[in-house]
Amino acid sequence: MSDVLAVTDHRRGELRDVSYETITAGRQLADETDGDLHVAVISGPVDDFAQICNREGVDAVHTVKYGEEFNHDVYTQVITQLYDELAPQYVLTPNSVNGLDYAPAVANALNLPLVTDTVRLETNGDTLIATCEMYGGKVETTSELTGNAVVTIRGAEWPGADGIGDAEIKEFQAEIDEDAIRSSVTAFEEVGNGNVDITEADVLVSVGRGIEEEENLELIEDLADALDATVSSSRPIVDNGWLPKNRQVGQSGKVVTPDIYIAIGISGAVQHVAGMKGSEMIVAINTDPNAPIMDIADYAIHDDLFDVVPALTEEFQ
Amino acid sequence: MEILVTVKEVSTVEDEFGIENTTIVDQYLNADLNELDDYAVEEALQLQEAGIADEVVTVTIGPEDCEQTLRQTLAKGADRAVRVWDDALENIDLLDVGAKTAILRAIVEAEEPDLVLTGVQSGDDNWGSTGVSLAAELGLEWGAVVNHLKHDLEDGTASDRRELEGGVEELTEIELPAALTIQTGINEPRYASLRGIRQPQRKELDVHTLGDLGIDEGAVEGAVTVTDMYEPESETDATVWQVRPEETAPELGELLHEKEVAP
Ligand SMILES: Cc1cc2nc3c(=O)[nH]c(=O)nc-3n(C[C@H](O)[C@H](O)[C@H](O)COP(=O)(O)OP(=O)(O)OC[C@H]3O[C@@H](n4cnc5c(N)ncnc54)[C@H](O)[C@@H]3O)c2cc1C
Repeated sequence: MSDVLAVTDHRRGELRDVSYETITAGRQLADETDGDLHVAVISGPVDDFAQICNREGVDAVHTVKYGEEFNHDVYTQVITQLYDELAPQYVLTPNSVNGLDYAPAVANALNLPLVTDTVRLETNGDTLIATCEMYGGKVETTSELTGNAVVTIRGAEWPGADGIGDAEIKEFQAEIDEDAIRSSVTAFEEVGNGNVDITEADVLVSVGRGIEEEENLELIEDLADALDATVSSSRPIVDNGWLPKNRQVGQSGKVVTPDIYIAIGISGAVQHVAGMKGSEMIVAINTDPNAPIMDIADYAIHDDLFDVVPALTEEFQ
Repeated sequence: MEILVTVKEVSTVEDEFGIENTTIVDQYLNADLNELDDYAVEEALQLQEAGIADEVVTVTIGPEDCEQTLRQTLAKGADRAVRVWDDALENIDLLDVGAKTAILRAIVEAEEPDLVLTGVQSGDDNWGSTGVSLAAELGLEWGAVVNHLKHDLEDGTASDRRELEGGVEELTEIELPAALTIQTGINEPRYASLRGIRQPQRKELDVHTLGDLGIDEGAVEGAVTVTDMYEPESETDATVWQVRPEETAPELGELLHEKEVAP
């Protein structure tokens, strides 16, 4: 019998969707060995969060009132104490930016192995089999580990838990050592706004690192003009300063849902796909037939963008 | 003040490749400095140029082959480099986070830096955990996914921005000594200058074995074993066009007309 402790993620008064996905993954692992699923909600309006997290299959929700927002020092202390109290086999956390800010510290403090960014999990109560991606999604690996572990799960791989459970909701008396809190959040800031809102566009012509040089962006702009479309991009284009931040699609940029998304020289890394997978129709132009973007495209043009894009522009002019 | 930057040589995979057991066949792999580590090195060099750091040291875990990549960091301007390798590491498929932490811990203890910079993750196995794990191991403070760092560490704190999801950034004050994992876009990594390229031959590059560092071989075995590697099953029902562009264009044109988006 293996119990699981799933940790939720929230920001500025709202639980994030990965929380419910982590609950689902946790329930799955607990089911595989007849164990219990414990859920932790730490900081913020925890009583409200606990009610919301009382989804089908949750056995207990443990709340810790301490501060409003995420702080990795607080999370690390609370989770290690919860682990000592509950003795779960697996601690499950989202592979979110905050998850990556405490999961490795928790694993280290508890002297447990860590597997991150898993997309599938399976356990027999003794051995955990974790599936992960490598090389930007070009291959998948399965790994095994025995015994207890800390595991982070990739977003959108498990469905969000729903229904209403009959979990016991208890306040956990964590002992927070304030001297060990050596970081503090002073503010949040929204970035990447401005005069162009790519989330409003019906057609996005989106460009990635395959474009190679800043001068070549003209090809993309020409195509966008011919289609009366808006130009967006993957992250490296923004990192290079070739386009402003408000054009970036993805996890740390914008989530877009246009009628048509034309991905040009974009590989389709998970952080990019997180921002565009809801597009009505996806066209990908890529020289690499194995690029992950080709897998989610409706129309995959396996060809050189420097040939295809000008031909398309001409077609539409 | 010393800044230690952990770097890794990573492989990029060619479009077409083959897999043998749990690795990609060597001939399809190209080695390079991990992209995110390049930003970490650049940040350290900028802190040095701003007069905040006296010394920038880079460290890697890897066989002799990766010395070229490590020398790249010297060519860019790092003062010294350290490489750790051991016969005992040769047969380990995957150095997991615990193993890397055990090794890098010894280097941090020897160097006593005020700031450790790492890339957020590596481009090959993308575990995204070494920096934070290392900090926790050594009792340093830390911050993950930092995309801005104020070049002023005067009162023993680092003021930084952490890049969260959805275009939100978190402003955080972090007490030093600390480890920060650096995100792309924080700066513009430099290319090595010509002078820089000639210099690194003369710069110090120390090589240590596990024994030198007093690390027990058992500490690097790792708890995670890779059992399989494969190309993900394609779930696509995509229409694939790989004809000549002159033919693709009208087809796509027609499609977009149908969708009423093309003029
Ligand atoms: C915490 C975090 C957050 C992130 N957030 C985001 C985000 O919000 N948005 C985002 O996009 N990324 C994000 N990333 C980065 C992401 O992991 C990838 O590195 C990035 O998306 C890669 O961009 P790309 O596809 O343009 O480049 P690459 O992955 O380098 O792909 C380039 C593609 O172009 C193709 N190509 C090359 N030449 C040609 C040609 N002549 N014709 C046709 N095709 C060609 C190649 O086959 C390849 O598939 C984030 C990463 C991290 C760690």
